[in-house]
Amino acid sequence: MSFYFAQFLTGLSSASSLFLVACGLSLIFGVTRVVNFAHGSFYMLGAYVAYALVQFVPGSILGFWGSVLAAALIVALVGVVVEILILKRIYNAPELYQLVATFGVVLLMQDAILLIFGGDDQFGPRAPGLDSVVRVFGEPIPEYDLVLIALGPIVLGALWLLLNRTRWGILVRAATLDREMVASLGVNQSWLFTTVFFLGSFLAGLGGALQLPRVSINLLMDLSIIAEAFVVVVIGGMGSIPGAFIAALLIGELNAFGVLVLPQATIVLAFVVMAVVLVIRPYGLLGKAETLAHVAGQVELPIRPASTLAKSIAGLLLIGLVVMPFLAGEFAIVLATDVLIFALFAASLHFIMSNGGMVSFGHAAYFGLGAYGAAFVIKYAGGSMELALLAAPLMAAAGALIFGWFCVRLSGVYMAMLTLAAAQIVWSTAYQWQDLTGGDDGLLGIWPSEWAKSKTAYYYLALVLCGGGILAMRRMIFSPFGYTLRGGRDNPNRTESIGINLRQHQWAAFIIAGVFAGIAGGVYVFSKGSIFPDEAAIPRSVDALVMVLLGGVQTLSGPVVGAGVFRLLEDEISRLDYWRAILGVIIISIVVIAPEGIAGFIKKIAVKAGFERNEEQAS
Amino acid sequence: MAEIMLELNEINTFYGKAHILHDLSFKVAAGEVVALLGRNGAGKTTTMRTIMQLARPQSGTVQFEGNDITRWATHKVAQAGIGYVPEERRIFGDLTVMENLEVGRQPVRDGLPAWTVEHLFELFPNLAERRDNRGKQMSGGEQQMLTIARTLMGNPKLLLLDEPSEGIAPVIVEQMAQTLLEIKAKGLTVLLSEQNLHFARIVADRAIIIEGGGAVFDSTFEDLETHPEIRDQYLSV
Ligand SMILES: Nc1ncnc2c1ncn2[C@@H]1O[C@H](COP(=O)(O)OP(=O)(O)OP(=O)(O)O)[C@@H](O)[C@H]1O
Ligand SMILES: [Mg+2]
Repeated sequence: MSFYFAQFLTGLSSASSLFLVACGLSLIFGVTRVVNFAHGSFYMLGAYVAYALVQFVPGSILGFWGSVLAAALIVALVGVVVEILILKRIYNAPELYQLVATFGVVLLMQDAILLIFGGDDQFGPRAPGLDSVVRVFGEPIPEYDLVLIALGPIVLGALWLLLNRTRWGILVRAATLDREMVASLGVNQSWLFTTVFFLGSFLAGLGGALQLPRVSINLLMDLSIIAEAFVVVVIGGMGSIPGAFIAALLIGELNAFGVLVLPQATIVLAFVVMAVVLVIRPYGLLGKAETLAHVAGQVELPIRPASTLAKSIAGLLLIGLVVMPFLAGEFAIVLATDVLIFALFAASLHFIMSNGGMVSFGHAAYFGLGAYGAAFVIKYAGGSMELALLAAPLMAAAGALIFGWFCVRLSGVYMAMLTLAAAQIVWSTAYQWQDLTGGDDGLLGIWPSEWAKSKTAYYYLALVLCGGGILAMRRMIFSPFGYTLRGGRDNPNRTESIGINLRQHQWAAFIIAGVFAGIAGGVYVFSKGSIFPDEAAIPRSVDALVMVLLGGVQTLSGPVVGAGVFRLLEDEISRLDYWRAILGVIIISIVVIAPEGIAGFIKKIAVKAGFERNEEQAS
Repeated sequence: MAEIMLELNEINTFYGKAHILHDLSFKVAAGEVVALLGRNGAGKTTTMRTIMQLARPQSGTVQFEGNDITRWATHKVAQAGIGYVPEERRIFGDLTVMENLEVGRQPVRDGLPAWTVEHLFELFPNLAERRDNRGKQMSGGEQQMLTIARTLMGNPKLLLLDEPSEGIAPVIVEQMAQTLLEIKAKGLTVLLSEQNLHFARIVADRAIIIEGGGAVFDSTFEDLETHPEIRDQYLSV
């Protein structure tokens, strides 16, 4: 019994830590409507800065707490700089662009921290004066944990007072409800947003700094905490601080006790809880439906069949792709194979995004599932490559069938978060289920059949499968199915009212996209000969989004162009030292400067020059 | 004529590709109450939103007390002394009556009545009883009063009222007319949009009719009465 009580207290202390991070995220989302991926980076920065500061004042109680506070303040200022330089420019952009841009900040911060603090894991000191344990029912509980347990409710109370008893708080709450009205009453929103960002980043930094005596500090802290914080914020209801508190308790305890029952599956458990909560309460425990003003996003352009010019360019491209191996060296052939694979992957994401209006933030799940499905056939069933390439889409379809059922019940940011959670389930399963997947060591030695062994032969195989997949999706876009999807995207109520089951169509689209991502994953695994959990991780999902954005969401050729440019770019910069930062800057620049993407940009010029019909005028 | 407070000059406003306001021009003098009349979809709300810079005009200017406020940030327009009461009321539903008023509070301006919560509760007695209720718990008429009171907390010089009589009970409409006359007596300038001609005539000095985004009539109500064909053509009575 006493052991369980101790476990309960451990759960409470991790709940407090989680709450500190999640409440800042929720606060920022509530007011600015931006889901800030970089929030986890602020948490990590808080830990690193506190670690650096504490070195100057070893063993001093005042020094320790002073360092923690100073670290939180420094992070808050960094947050303000990020807000002013980047976020201010994208407050009115669609959610997807915002998420991707803040992911650019994540990449930038990773390299900045690597540069300043070095890449080694660090172990912080115990908190002076709180370095022993107290006995509770005979079980040892670290004193520091008790402080953390108290801190959660204290911060909750302080935030409540701030939000309910000060003019600033009233303005913040009003802005959460109706930004435009707040501005019409003479309130400078821009300033309000900056102060909210200051406070939110402060809390993230504080949360990170307080981890110093508890965990090792490393460069993976950002994405692992942000995934957990997303779960907490979504379960609690986005924008609700009491909701975040309840959800943090739920997850903290779930982890504390889950470890006893299913030690391998703690991450999975949290995401399963999230999925269940969202299906029962689509806006989280204490959340509210999105306000109308927000849902009314951009009206997407109708997609039209290709013009003669576009068709001739596509034809030339195809001829180029077919003759390419005769002209280029092996290196170029391998790279081209890669481009084909990612073009299919990106096109499958584009398929649900542009037609279905569904933003998936975890599309790597289906890529990863396809890749593992293929690998399993080779490793465990002794099957052939041909069989494995059949298993890839099946495995991905199975995943998309299950996850999709949950995801299509939601929309907007909530859907994006749930797809991300789904991908985290796949990733963590691949990571934790050592016996099956080899965990971090991956599965090796997965090579193509004899006839496809040469780089050139495999290139042609990829060209047929990926090119065929892309054309098949194009077909579907212009089929009645595609029109129904777009009708549902633009006007869900009307579509439902004429007797169409939109959800079922969306579910089908989700599965189709999963199938093609799975094919891409299957082709990928044989081109590399191995598979690691990373293929299903957040950065891989973001890769796909960036490719789609780079090419332009509103053009069908976008994902293909985007995948090509992205892979070539990545190939160039990944040899550089700080390639993450460079990629981050590129991502942010695209969102801020050319949100219509490369293909969209070219198309705009083509329209201007009179080569193509202007779709807006035609409609 | 008294000094000009608000002046719209050949305003053209678009929603996307839809051209809504066509070369719209009119003036409002200090101390005047002007009614902006017109059918559904004539462009009354768009005119108000353009003045607030919530909709950005593609060409033309909005002058307020001699300053060109075109392209100012909306909160700057409000701080300059224009108070906006939108058509849909847009009460902060989760905030109490007192908190809603607090959001609207702005510093007192020279030479104008300074509105306090007490004054406003005198003007709208119903609000006083419900001061700790949340906005979403109030009836339509109460919300309409709250939205006006909230804007008055900003001590505006010019009040923009978008269809204040819409969707509220006839008794409350009478009460609202009296209240507006009291507000007018305090020296506020008011531009109100209306479809209720009867209500507009009680409170306003002058009528501007807009149709298809342009002003087609700009004169007194007496003038309007002598031209029933104008009324029949442009207003749905
Ligand atoms: N957000 C918008 N996007 C596109 N068109 C709009 C938008 N809002 C209004 N319109 C159109 O602009 C025109 C003018 O609308 P507005 O709301 O200004 O009219 P109004 O005179 O206020 O009408 P009402 O009496 O119904 O309030 C209408 O044709 C309307 O359909
Ligand atoms: Mg209107």
